[in-house]
Amino acid sequence: MSEENRKIAFICSKGNLDMVYPALVMGWAALGNGIDVTLFFTFWGMDMINKARIDHLEVPPIANTSMKMNMMGVPGYVGIPQIFGIIPGMTAFASALMKSKMKKIEVPTVREYMEMLVDAGANMYACKMSVDMFGLKKEDFIDGVKDIVTAGDFMDMTEGAQIIFI
Amino acid sequence: MATKTISGVEVQVNEEGFMTNPSEWTKEIAAEIAKEEGIEALTDAHWKVIDFCRANAATTGAAPTLRGITNGAGVSTKDLFALFPKGPAKKVAKISGLGKPEGCV
Repeated sequence: MSEENRKIAFICSKGNLDMVYPALVMGWAALGNGIDVTLFFTFWGMDMINKARIDHLEVPPIANTSMKMNMMGVPGYVGIPQIFGIIPGMTAFASALMKSKMKKIEVPTVREYMEMLVDAGANMYACKMSVDMFGLKKEDFIDGVKDIVTAGDFMDMTEGAQIIFI
Repeated sequence: MATKTISGVEVQVNEEGFMTNPSEWTKEIAAEIAKEEGIEALTDAHWKVIDFCRANAATTGAAPTLRGITNGAGVSTKDLFALFPKGPAKKVAKISGLGKPEGCV
């Protein structure tokens, strides 16, 4: 009996910047190690494949207790009062800050990462129920998204895979 | 530290089979490891990647990451995965006589 290749499937359900990168980083590492990779985008995770949204993903400071002022160079772990988080522009500010930090250590943008994953052979699918709910079409998605599939299809195509829900 | 005879030469390797002394590496050894990794013949396109990795490691002290290779050697992601199928990260480093790449991208 031939040995089956290791398979990993990621269910991407979030569109916040900090919840988008884990699947990209781990998916890329898996492909580099010769593991078959499938990504299934559902709910807010569809922002990762939505042409109109992929370059505009953000991270809000609201309700994020781990985001401290040391990101802005303030020594120690001084908190950001939650009430500041509701000021218009705070989410954009936090997002720009995080993106600049990632750029500094040469982390690719979400769009570039997605292209790398597609070129490296990752299989990408959008969730049918989410697509219907948000009124999207396959044309709204970046190249590389193979199809819009049901939850049942996903179960069929990930038989034997390790599944990671993000 | 284990040793292994590749292409008639005894070289030092770690437990995963990566060479630990880049100066012991030769082109013949590379071809031999490539065969073990399922690449029958190394073409010019393969050598472009391997030569870049060797040169890069000589200055940085570590094997480049996949993105380091695509950006640095001017090879597309698609081509890199086609040249070294099923896990180029480890394969390229192993064939180039270097350790595993350090870094996530």
